[in-house]
Parts: sequence; C-alpha cells; structure tokens
Amino acid sequence: MTTLIVRTATRYLMPLLLLFSLFLLWRGHHEPGGGFVGGLVAATAFVLLAIADGTSAARRLLRIAPVRLVPVGLATSLVAGLGAFVLGRPFLTGLWPEAGIALGTPLLFDVGVYLTVVGVVLTILFALMEEGS
Amino acid sequence: MSLAVALAVGVVFAVSLRLLLQGTLWHLLLGLALLSHGTHLLLFAAGGLVAGGPPLALEGALAPAAGAADPLPQALVLTAIVIAFAVLAFALVLGLGAGRDAKTDDIDAYGGDRG
Amino acid sequence: MGWIVLLVLATGLVAPLAIRRLGERAAPALAVVPAGVAAWAAAGQAAIARGEIPAWRTPWIPSLDVAWAFRVDGLANLLVLLVAGIGALVVLYAAAYLRGHAQLGRFFAFLFVFMAGMLGIAAADDVLLLFVFWELTTVSSFLLIGFDAHRQASRDAARQSLIVTVAGGLALLVGLLLLVDAAGTSSLSEILRSDVVRSHPHYPFILAGIAVGAFTKSAQWPFHFWLPGAMQAPTPVSAYLHSSTMVKAGVFLLARLSPVLGGTDAWQVTLVGVGGITMLLGAVMALGQDDLKRLLAGSTISVLGLLTMLLGLGTPIAARAFAVTLLAHALYKGTLFLVAGNVDKATGTRSLERLGGLRGAMPWTAGAAAVAALSMAGGPPLFGFLAKETAYEAALEAPHASWLVGTATVLTGVCLVFAALRVGLQPFYGAARPTERTPRDPAPAMRLGPVVLAGAGVLTGLLVGPAERLLVAPAASAILQQEAPTGLALWHGFTPILALSALTLALGAGLFRARDALLSRAPALAPLARMGPARAYTAGLDGLLRFAAWQTRTLQNGSLRRYLAITLGAALVTVLAALGRTPLDRAWNALALPSEGPALVGLALAATLLVVGGALLAARAATRLVAVASLGAVGFGVALFFLVYSAPDLALTQLVIEVLTVVLLLLVLPHLPRAKDGAPRSPGAARTGLALLGGLTMAALALVASAPPLAEPISDYFSAQSVPAAHGRNVVNVILVDFRALDTLGEITVLGVAALGILALLATHRRGEPAP
Repeated sequence: MTTLIVRTATRYLMPLLLLFSLFLLWRGHHEPGGGFVGGLVAATAFVLLAIADGTSAARRLLRIAPVRLVPVGLATSLVAGLGAFVLGRPFLTGLWPEAGIALGTPLLFDVGVYLTVVGVVLTILFALMEEGS
Repeated sequence: MSLAVALAVGVVFAVSLRLLLQGTLWHLLLGLALLSHGTHLLLFAAGGLVAGGPPLALEGALAPAAGAADPLPQALVLTAIVIAFAVLAFALVLGLGAGRDAKTDDIDAYGGDRG
Repeated sequence: MGWIVLLVLATGLVAPLAIRRLGERAAPALAVVPAGVAAWAAAGQAAIARGEIPAWRTPWIPSLDVAWAFRVDGLANLLVLLVAGIGALVVLYAAAYLRGHAQLGRFFAFLFVFMAGMLGIAAADDVLLLFVFWELTTVSSFLLIGFDAHRQASRDAARQSLIVTVAGGLALLVGLLLLVDAAGTSSLSEILRSDVVRSHPHYPFILAGIAVGAFTKSAQWPFHFWLPGAMQAPTPVSAYLHSSTMVKAGVFLLARLSPVLGGTDAWQVTLVGVGGITMLLGAVMALGQDDLKRLLAGSTISVLGLLTMLLGLGTPIAARAFAVTLLAHALYKGTLFLVAGNVDKATGTRSLERLGGLRGAMPWTAGAAAVAALSMAGGPPLFGFLAKETAYEAALEAPHASWLVGTATVLTGVCLVFAALRVGLQPFYGAARPTERTPRDPAPAMRLGPVVLAGAGVLTGLLVGPAERLLVAPAASAILQQEAPTGLALWHGFTPILALSALTLALGAGLFRARDALLSRAPALAPLARMGPARAYTAGLDGLLRFAAWQTRTLQNGSLRRYLAITLGAALVTVLAALGRTPLDRAWNALALPSEGPALVGLALAATLLVVGGALLAARAATRLVAVASLGAVGFGVALFFLVYSAPDLALTQLVIEVLTVVLLLLVLPHLPRAKDGAPRSPGAARTGLALLGGLTMAALALVASAPPLAEPISDYFSAQSVPAAHGRNVVNVILVDFRALDTLGEITVLGVAALGILALLATHRRGEPAP
C-alpha cells in the first residue's frame, strides 16, 4: 500500500487533518463536530501516517503511547466533571467562567472525549498493524 | 420516505441475521458489522425522520427552529457508532484467536467442551 | 451510634493487616473495640432506664426518605451490650482457638463485619437501614460457616444457611416495604407510633413477610434445619453467631415490631404456634444428640422457639419473660459453646460417649460448665432460674389454651434440664475416658470467655434487683411501649410456679440418671430427624441441579450456531410481542408523513440503494475484499441517510468511522482462517426463515417507531435549554458533553476497556495460550 503517491499525499494531508480535527473539536459546541468526530479524524491522520511510513514513525510523532492517552482522556473528562462537584453542585454540571464564553468545563470534557477516542482507535489499529508484521 | 428507511433497515437486518447464522467466522463478523448499521438506522428512525431541520440553533437564536429533528436519538447513535467500532474490533481479535486455535472457520468448532 | 457501627466495620478492614503484622497478638488490641462499645453501652444503660433514649439521624437517601438513623432504647441497648460484650470475649477466645490458622486475618474481618451488622440491627431506627444490616449479617454468617472452605461439609452447610436466610431476607424485604408503604414512613420510631398498620388491607402480607424473615433467621420450624448444619463453623462462631447473637436477630425484630404488628389473632396464632412447635422440636432434637455442639444447637432452637412463643402471647409478663430469657440464654449458651470448644481442643472429640472425668484436668472449664448448665437447667440462684420461672408464669397465664402452652413449656423445660446436665456434667464427672490427647485446661484467653460469661449469669441472678431495673425492665418496656411489670425475685414464697420448677428439675435429673437406658433408644428417633423440611430442601436442591443439567444439555450443546439462533429467536419474540400490541394505524401515520421534496427524495432513494445493494452484495460477495467494499457502501449509505434527515454530526462520524472500519477489516483479513474447501455452508431453510422474519420485524418496527411520537419527548427540554443554560448551539453536542455527560463518561470508559481488552487478547495470542 505504501506507494510514493500515498507517502507524498500523507505529508500534506496529515497536518491538514490534524488541524481539521482540532477545528471540529473547537466548534463542536455550536456547529457539527465535537470530541468524538474530532478524535476520529485525528486518529485517521495518524493511521494514514502509519500506513505510509509504518507504525514506528506514527508512534514517534505521537510521542505518547496511544494506550496511555486513554487514561489521560478519561481523567480529563473526570476532572471536568469534578469541578462542579467540588463547588457543591451535582457531578458534571457545566461551569463557565463567564456566560457565553466557549471555554467552560464542557469543552474540557470534550477534550477528554477527543483524547480517549484517539487513544482507543490508535491502540487498536497500531496493535493490529504490528501484529501483521 | 419512512418506507425507504424501513426497507433499508429490514434488508440490513435480514442479511445480517442470515450471515450470523451461517456458522462461519468470516460471515459472523460481517454480519456483526452489518447488524450495527441496521441498529443505528433503526434507533435513528425512532426519533422521527425530519428533513432539512438539523438540531442546531442559528447564531443569535435561543433554540433550533421549530420542527427541527430530535437531538436525543442523534446523541445516542453518535456514541453507538463509535462503540460499535470498538466492539467490532474486539470481536475481530477474539475471532482471530479462536480461528487460529481451532484452525477452521467453522464456529461450531470453537470453545465448546462438547463441540 | 452510626460512628460506632462504622468503627467496628473499619476494625474489620484493619484486622487482616494487623493480624498479618502481629499474628494473633493483635487480638487484644482488636478486642478493645467491642469492649469499648460494651462499656459505652453499659454507661448509657442507666440513662436509658430512666427513659432518656439517645437518637441520631442523618439523611442518607433523601429521595427515598431513608435515613442513617439510630435510636438506642432498652431493647436495643440490651442487644448492643450482648453483641459487643460477648464479641470482645469471642475475639480473644478465637485468637487462641484458631492460633496459627493461615486465614486468621480473614476470620476477624468477617467477624467484625458481622458485629457491625448486628449492632446496626439492634440500633437502626429506619427499617430499610435495618434491612441492610440484616443482610450484612446473613452474608458474614455464610462466610463464617464456610470458613473451613476446603471441607465439603462446611461449604454445604454455609450454602444451606445462605439459601434459607437469603430467601427469608427476601420475604422480609417484601414485608418491610409493604410496612413502609402502609405506615407512610421508613422511620422505625414513627412506625412504632403509628396505629394504622393492623387495620391496613396489606397487614396479612406484612406479617407473613416479616415473620418468614424472622423465622428463617431465628431457626424457627420449618426453617430450623440450617442451624445444626451451621455447627460446621469454628466453635467461636457457633458460640457468637449461632447461639447468642445472630439467631436472636429474628426474635429481636419480632419484638421490635410487636407494638405495630402484635395483638391480632393472626399474630398470636402464628407466633405461638410456630414458636411452640419449634420449642418442642428443638428439645427433642437435643435429647438424643451425641455431639456436644449439635446438642447445644438443638437446645438453642428450643429456646428460640420459646422466645417466639412468648412474643406471640404478648402479655406484659410474657414481654418480661422474653427479656429475661434472651439475656439468660445468651450468657449460659455462650458459655457452654466455648466450653464445648475447650473440650474439643483438649481431647480432640466432641462426642459425649467418649468424654468423661475431665474435671480434674480442666478445673476452670469444668467450673464454668457446671455453673452455665445449672443456669440452663433453671436452678437457683442463677439467672436461668428466673428465666424459667418467668417463662412458666407467662405460659400459665396465656390468654388462650393456657393448659396446652403451659404443658408444652414444662415438657420443654424437662428436656432442657436433661440436655443441660449432659452437656455440663457428663464430660467432667464419672470415669475418665481415653482420648487422643492428654486433656488440660486451655490458654488463659480461652478460659476467660466461659468464666466471665458464667460469672455474669451468677451475678445477674444474685443482683436480680439492679439487673431487672437496668436491663430487663427497659427492654420489656420497649417491647410493650409502656411501663413493664417489675418484681423479679429469687424467692416468691411457695407458689405453683415454684412447685413446677422443682418438678422440672427433679424430672430432668431423673432422666439424666436413666440416660443410658434412654439413649440406647435414641436411634429410634433418627428417622424422624431425616424427614421434614431438611429433606424437602435436599430434594429441591437436587431437583434444581437435575433441571440445570437437563437444560444445559438441551440448550447449550456446544454449537455456537444454535446459541445464536436461540438468542436471536428470543429477541425476535419479545419485539414481536411488543409490536403485536401496537395499533396498526401508527404504521399508516408514518407512511402518511408529508414528502420532503424531489431533491431530498432522490438522495434518500440513493441512500436506500447503497444500503440495500451493499448489504445484498456483501452477503453474496465472491471474495472477502469485495465484501469489505460492499460493507463500506452500506456505511456510506447510512451516512447519506443521516445527512438527508438532519443529522450532520452523525453523517460526519459515520463517514470517518467507515474509513477506519475498512482499515480495520483489511488489517485482520489476512489472519482469519480460510474458508473450508467445497461449497460454502448454507444456513439452511429454517435459519434463513428466521433471518427473513427478523428483517420483516425490524422493518415494521422502524416504520412504527418513526411515526410521530405518542408522548412529549424529553428532548424538547434539551432543545429549549441548550442555548440559555448550556451556552451551546449544537444540541447534540450539548447533550453529549453537558446534559447527559455522565452517559458519555460511561461510554468512553467502555471504549477504553475495549481497547485494553484487545491488547490483552493479542498478548495472550502471542504467548500461544488458547483464546479464552
């Protein structure tokens, strides 16, 4: 599968896809998008890189083992929910520093979803890719 | 156009059930993948089919336009899609091991102590 | 009080660590906790006797009105005192008895959990809270009976007691819930004040449920058979749970609730009848026993029956007799069980036939045994004497059929004298018998328990005035909810009761003298013991196992295809059943919805074509690669549907997932086993029919479900609040990360678990182990 075309295309596509995934995550609260789609797109970017240059290259770029991303993401979402709990409100109640600003705890929660999804998808696919080789 | 969706759901379920019951590993996995498609469509249809009214509020509006689609089934299906992917991957890996051990794709030869 | 319960529970958690660090030397430190609780209860006794009842209340489940509430009145405090006081002695005793046992830490963990449950039962002021503690004692009793888990007999006995008491617990729960419903509150003190329960239409069910729960716990006929089996537990457990505390929980609950449930004909007939039968049955069971512990178990059943009967009588003197008997029995029976443990340890046997003349070798144990046996026989000046006298008095003044109740009670008394003499005297007097070991008194910790408990029996008998004022009267008053009669004394002058007491002792002693002739006939009674409810239990269990074996053979024959067919068939039946109850016009409503305009109709038709064509192609594909591609087509078709019907988020997600799914399938494909040679297997006509039926059913379901909703959907709230409350214009996303964020948290956790599972599976494959 690793033709020259794929490699070249990946070099340009990969950063675009990553940017697009962050964009989806950011705008998800108002327009179609969000942590799930964003995470899936980011994972696709890394999968593309792994297909073109091998999983070791993709793992190098990711820096952190994908399976580690799972607890990191879960913890992020948990922390986003705990904020309200500490303040005596029900667990996972959304908190905003100022009404109308997007940087509330729901966004943090969505970041956690994003990280978990990236971690899960890459854990599965990288492991299977390495199983084949 | 409920009929079109119902038709799609029915065909997908019928095909996937037949694949599941065929008794070979590959068809089982294929049937599982199809089954989740059918389930998602069914769940989605249960929210009522509304064309051209996504559950989004316009900039400055307080709520989506009247008659917009029901957002709740959409939220349910969204997570279900991602989970179905993970479950399919799990089933694939499980089947991988079972097939490797039994050296056959006949699922009746797997696992059972009588099989 | 709540903190005390938690403290005892925490001690149970700490105990294994302490035992691991220090061995059995940690026991005195552990015993400090129950000893402290006992001291606390004793210190509070005087105030409670004056009518100053301490109570605590913290909301626990406010939505159900369940509170973490405790209230210690005279009855509760009596039980707290017994549980904690005997508990402290048993902890010390058990550490010596089980010295060097590898699982000593676990033993203490169970024991303290049990103790916490018992204290909770005693003091809980909320019937649902009480139920939680009740089940805690059931579970810990199961673990303690089965403590020697390597022995089949232990496991069987533990399971038997669990099945019986859990079944009773379920009945109790039903009874308590109906009681809460009838009284309108789960607060025990408020229930006790209400007067609506007896006339409530559910009263018979309330009484039945609570009585069954109490009868199973307190080993009343016909549920008594688990108690002799429970003697498989280590002796300290028998002494603690199965004589002095847990088995009292049932009669305690009946006593607790007698102000609201008692006094009716149903109550009297049930409790006096069952209690009387149990009393006689237990006495007969104790007669012919050769095993020390089983003999004691029989006599315990008998006394528990007496206690139930006294509650059934419901007169003030019966309430007093109940309190006296409860206390006296806990003291002498606890002693005698510990004595049995000492004898067992010293000689290696519990068989009365092989025991004798131990007095010289075991003076401490023999002394405690003699005192306790005298108390059990009802001899003055011990507290047991008062128990017997008050019980006779209550029985003779029974509201109905006093001659029958009285005769049964006196007969039981004679049997118990006989049993007491056998267990308290026979091992220690007469000619010494050869035993495996050289008998001698055990370690001080094992002497302490019997001596202190026997001594308490003497003290309460001699100081009958203070004992009555502080312990008996407050408990009896709590049962009666009014001032209890007083005037206990060792000497009342020459009364008919005294004559009966003397007659009982004389008859019992006479039987004891003639024991050899009597016991040679004992085997004649054996068939009696094998019949009855124990037999029904065994037959029921065997039947269940046979049924399980049959249905396993039939349904789970190892063919995965058959499992699938059964599962899918069952799922279809449930869906069809639901569909069958749906009015047909809903389907027409769905079809009659306005059309969407030609452009969208075209897109929807394209989506249908993709999905239907892809699915059919995937099933018929010649190669697996084609099948994967067809599956992709189905996915894109589904995404197109999402797009047409106003779900851009779903369409986006579906598209990306479709790409990843294709990658996934292509990765796994080369490793899957090849198809077998020859023609592809066909699912057969029946299975194809099932699949077609499934497709039709689901299509109908989709049609019916997409009709306009019957009720106002909850999502209207989400749509309305999304912008004002959650500052998000994409309602789907707001639901995911805010309104229903807890669901999402659960779902991403599932994702994580799936990923970890896959890693673990792959690692297993690599190690060459068979797939699980």
